[in-house]
Amino acid sequence: MPDPLLEVTGLKKHFPVKNGLLRRVVGQVKAVDGVDFTINRGETFGLVGESGCGKSTTGRTVLRLEEPTGGEVVYHHEELGPVNIGTADRQQLKRLRPEMQIIFQDPFSSLDARMTVGRIIAEPMVINRTHHGRELRDRVAELLTVVGLRPEHASRYPHAFSGGQRQRIGIARALALNPKLIVCDEPVSALDVSVQAQVLNLLESLQAQFDLTYLFVSHDLSVVEHIADRVAVMYLGKVVEVGTTDQLFYSPKMPYTEALLSALPKPDPRKRTRPTLLTGDVPSPANPPHGCHFHPRCKYAQDRCRTEVPQLRDLGGGQLAACHLADSLELKGAEPLPDVPVISAEEAVRAAASRNSRPPADVAPHGTQGAMS
Amino acid sequence: MTPTSIPTATVPGARTPADAVVSVQNLHVEFKTPLGKVNALNGVNFDVPRGRVLGIVGESGCGKSVTARAILQIVEKAGTISKGRILFRSQPDAVDLTSLDPQGREMRSIRGKEISMIFQEPMTSLNPVYTIGDQIEEAVRLHQTRDKDEARRRAVEVLRRVGMPNPEQVARTYPHQLSGGMRQRAMIAMALSCTPTLLIADEPTTALDVTTEAQILQLMRDLQAESGMSIMFITHSMGVVAQLCDDVVVMYLGRVVERAPVDDLFYNPKHPYTISLLRSIPRIGVGRGQPLESMKGGVPDPYSTVPGCPFHPRCPSAMKGVCDTVVPIEAPVEGGVDGHGVRCHLYPGCTPLDVAVDTVSEREEEE
Repeated sequence: MPDPLLEVTGLKKHFPVKNGLLRRVVGQVKAVDGVDFTINRGETFGLVGESGCGKSTTGRTVLRLEEPTGGEVVYHHEELGPVNIGTADRQQLKRLRPEMQIIFQDPFSSLDARMTVGRIIAEPMVINRTHHGRELRDRVAELLTVVGLRPEHASRYPHAFSGGQRQRIGIARALALNPKLIVCDEPVSALDVSVQAQVLNLLESLQAQFDLTYLFVSHDLSVVEHIADRVAVMYLGKVVEVGTTDQLFYSPKMPYTEALLSALPKPDPRKRTRPTLLTGDVPSPANPPHGCHFHPRCKYAQDRCRTEVPQLRDLGGGQLAACHLADSLELKGAEPLPDVPVISAEEAVRAAASRNSRPPADVAPHGTQGAMS
Repeated sequence: MTPTSIPTATVPGARTPADAVVSVQNLHVEFKTPLGKVNALNGVNFDVPRGRVLGIVGESGCGKSVTARAILQIVEKAGTISKGRILFRSQPDAVDLTSLDPQGREMRSIRGKEISMIFQEPMTSLNPVYTIGDQIEEAVRLHQTRDKDEARRRAVEVLRRVGMPNPEQVARTYPHQLSGGMRQRAMIAMALSCTPTLLIADEPTTALDVTTEAQILQLMRDLQAESGMSIMFITHSMGVVAQLCDDVVVMYLGRVVERAPVDDLFYNPKHPYTISLLRSIPRIGVGRGQPLESMKGGVPDPYSTVPGCPFHPRCPSAMKGVCDTVVPIEAPVEGGVDGHGVRCHLYPGCTPLDVAVDTVSEREEEE
């Protein structure tokens, strides 16, 4: 039985557009405009979409880093029971906040350059008065070890660390208060490929170790496919499809999901396809199209799509989509890729060892190694 | 391609391979900083084949952007090309770009005309106070025609070629009025305005969404097929390489560690770094719920020097006594296809002969 930790219903976040001498409000950017989803305890919930679709704003509004304009975010606290974060008072927030943390995208701007790593990680514990003195130092050392750094790193400053290490520091800070829910806002998109894998593995092992629930915001579908249990796709401030990772990737019901999947550059030169190209750009959230927001770019669009706003509806098996045509369309999902074909490294090592006992005669001399054509 | 009106110093005895547009030979670039010297490139060799797309892959700090900038002679101030040659055009008028004055007439007649470049951040590489049309015209008027109206006509034409809807109007807009994808199209239009022989694209899609990225890749593929130009495509994304490139060069810490036609790189990778790169990206449908294979550590900081093979501290197959002392040389892959080369002690021919004998005898003594 799914055990909901966070229930988001009708969440809205509008930003006013001000103009002119008197800074009058001339419009609203509907960054998040009626978002619904539920995150169950212990799962990783992926939130994907193009830039400007409101995925990061959703993540931040869920934590009330932004004041919601409307809707509810209900968090199921073990002692307090269900609490609406959007309307919680200071006292309640003080008890809720330690349970909900965030890891930011940019490991360079999210750490204060003038604080030592130890102080950065200790700060949440100092503010919430959970640890003092020796205990605090031990806890910082423990957290550093947990994320794969060394306790002596506590006395250094962030500039001494690489991107991947900084992201580990950000993770350690997020773990400091034993949270239940962590919003991961594009945690690996600023990292090199080889380091990205390390951080993803770390997030997965921490989840198992500390029983964490992740809201994983990302634009990278391959990363989300790897890490998420369930996924929601956002477009122009609305969730347009939700399902398990398998449902969403292999039998999408919303044309936008299909287009996103086909645009993914597949790391396989034998699978070069002309993707189902989306024409045009994401429309401005200040002035979204009528009807289904996606209809100007949708190749299946019909008259109804231009006038009537589709609601997110259940299509069975926990998959929901906001599309008038969801029942009739046969959409293409992602194609599974073959694993990396690799000669066994050991074989090469053995071959090299046996070869080294008698160096081959046809070795190229120094300096001629390049320019092979 | 129209021959330039300016005579350029040809290099006696220099050979650009017949099918290459640019041949980078033993290129070294170093940066002098207050903290010490950084060797950004340590002997890079590759050819950009005529009419094909060459991908340069590597992580940050591997020297891929420096290589591109060295070709155009626009390496940032502290950096200098300390050794090596960059041969451009084929014989008899092959010219060594490194011998030209970066600000001189010859280099300026090549830059933007015969070799042009697209940068990663379209917002910072477009001038915010000029219209898109003005900026494209500038290149056209510098290299092709002095006629203002003709230049404007060509600017609109090239905007149409890159799939810009309503090109006449776009030519009159300023960069901030366009979306990221449109700005990148405008950059491509500018780069193509003088029909270059070689287009260097430095991570042109990294700042874009997947959907826009797919559009831009498709556009580049179509333009390449249409014009027959060569493209040198710099990226860190294995997905983009697989989708676009014909040949691939993998770089690590200022050196080429593997080169191959794209199919062989993905289906018969040899260098442990290439293999690790391929295995560390999440692949749809592969190994969900299992940890990704990850390389240990990170790219070493540029001020330190690693003895031996630069990858050995992170290499799962590193051999003691060889990899940590001797720099491997590049050799063709045994039984591999033409053009597949690797630089790793695991493969025959990669250990320099004199050193190989030494280490082996030392080892035998130990045993």
